[in-house]
Amino acid sequence: MTAVLQLDGVTRTYPGGVTAIDGVDLTVDRGELVAVVGPSGSGKSTLLHLVGLLDRPTAGTVRVAGFDTGALRDRSLSALRARAIGFVFQQFHLAPGVRALDAVADGLLYTGVPRAARRARAAQTLRQVGLAERLTHRPHELSGGERQRVAIARALVKQPEVILADEPTGNLDSVSAAAVLDLLRQSHAAGTTVVVITHDQGIAQSLPRRVEMRDGRITRDTADRKAYAS
Amino acid sequence: MTLIAPRPARLRGTDLLLLGGSGLRTRPLRVVLSALGVAIGIAAMLAVLGISASSRADLDRTLAKLGTNLLTVSPGEGVFSGEPAALPAEAVPMIRRIGPVTSANAVGLLRQARVYRNDRIPAQQSGAIAVLAADLGLLDTVGGRVAAGAWLNPATADFPVTVLGATAAERLGVADAGAQVWLGGQWFTVAGILDPVPLARELDSAALVGGPVAASRLGYDGHPTTVYCQAAPDQVLAVRAVLAATANPADPLSARVSRPSDALAAQQATDRAFTALLLGLGAVALLVGGVGVANTMIISVLERRGEIGLRRALGATRPAVAVQFLIEALLLSGLGGVAGALLGAAVTATYATTQGWPVAVPVSALAAGLGVTVVVGVLAGLYPALRAARLSPTAALATQ
Repeated sequence: MTAVLQLDGVTRTYPGGVTAIDGVDLTVDRGELVAVVGPSGSGKSTLLHLVGLLDRPTAGTVRVAGFDTGALRDRSLSALRARAIGFVFQQFHLAPGVRALDAVADGLLYTGVPRAARRARAAQTLRQVGLAERLTHRPHELSGGERQRVAIARALVKQPEVILADEPTGNLDSVSAAAVLDLLRQSHAAGTTVVVITHDQGIAQSLPRRVEMRDGRITRDTADRKAYAS
Repeated sequence: MTLIAPRPARLRGTDLLLLGGSGLRTRPLRVVLSALGVAIGIAAMLAVLGISASSRADLDRTLAKLGTNLLTVSPGEGVFSGEPAALPAEAVPMIRRIGPVTSANAVGLLRQARVYRNDRIPAQQSGAIAVLAADLGLLDTVGGRVAAGAWLNPATADFPVTVLGATAAERLGVADAGAQVWLGGQWFTVAGILDPVPLARELDSAALVGGPVAASRLGYDGHPTTVYCQAAPDQVLAVRAVLAATANPADPLSARVSRPSDALAAQQATDRAFTALLLGLGAVALLVGGVGVANTMIISVLERRGEIGLRRALGATRPAVAVQFLIEALLLSGLGGVAGALLGAAVTATYATTQGWPVAVPVSALAAGLGVTVVVGVLAGLYPALRAARLSPTAALATQ
């Protein structure tokens, strides 16, 4: 198995002295479906920003798809994000007035795929997530669950190495949340590596691997043989 | 394991345009209002240039029609005496003897004579109308035309008959030939009324009478006060050089020679200074428009932090974000520039048409105007674009 994400002794200290992540080691292999779970303030969002290359660690190394990201400049990090990482956010981040098809096609904008091909692949991906009837709908014409499915399609359209989902069900009712989780499981079944960040133990329990965090450290990892002190 | 650092994909031209336009499409009112500022500035500048160019085109057309080969000689003042000099009575025949002169005709100012609507008008209300004794060939030499009635002829030149200039007729309340006016203490019949004479404006406010009747009834001494002469077009300067000495050999320095078409052109030149001032005002309007665009862009960047964060997460590099906002600013001011160019051309066309001028919108001004909008767009968009690019992705995503 090859590692998609690999963190070694990663620490992130913010100006002002707050340490959000403190010496974290974590490896996610290709094809895994992982839940990172913890209460708010446990550092799981900072962890997502670090593995998503939106932020740099204060200490330690972050490897994504084999690249030692500490040695890369900002433009290379951007290129790596464009190709390897798909984000799903709690707030969907769909621009008002933009049709679902165009929003999903934007997921390929920075990968160099020509416009016609972007739209074709976007339409195909929207069909995959069950929104074949919603291609020309704008966000205000979609339900919350549908919006998050559009956002997932935008992450999936580039066939990324890993999908990073930050509280993907945080703004949804339980029925929509279940549908969104199903979609993420399907993507995993189709071969995509998926990391879900959540504070919801119920969701975490339903996923094959759980990484529990508290106060910036990993307190338990179900994939790890060695026992964590709890 | 060493891997080659990944390189970001280059955005294509149409993608950049669509990207820059995407921010504008969702906020049409704001786009219209901030583009309007630039449009007003460009329209003002273009209208000023267009109207002045149209007026110049009109002058050129007038000069082409009238010719620039008319010269005038007037006595001026004696160099030593400082008193009004007089041209000799033989000035006209002498000037006619200059080879390239094709025609020469004179008027003589009758200083004592006044003209009134009738004999009841108080003497001091003369209306500043000059009474001139005119040669019969004068009208052809100055390129004048009769609006009503007829010009003087050898028969009417002997009798108390007058032809009024356009302004003079208006002041005397004479609309048609056949009326009587009280001229030099006698009744004169109005034989005709002239159209305005562009190259001899002084005739517009004059009452013209024949030389013989001026001599017999109004005390004309035969000394002309202005000689109008036409020269062959390619010899105008040569004629001009000898004209003073020919007209008044006894006192050539006092004779004043001028070329009326030059005076028209000079008047145009003074208008140009005024044009520069108006152009400056237009530039101020454009500056204010540019500030408006910059303001709109800064607000846009503040409002769209979430979008900026998302685009960074999707893989946009810092330059890609900066270019997106720069293009948005360029589109905004370019939209204003195109609208302003159309508006300025329309204003020019409307104004020139109402003035009866040919419409001239200088292409160089159009191009310069659009070029200026590009500069305005870049200047207005640069700071907001750099601000958007510098935003950290995590901070941008955190705001919602």
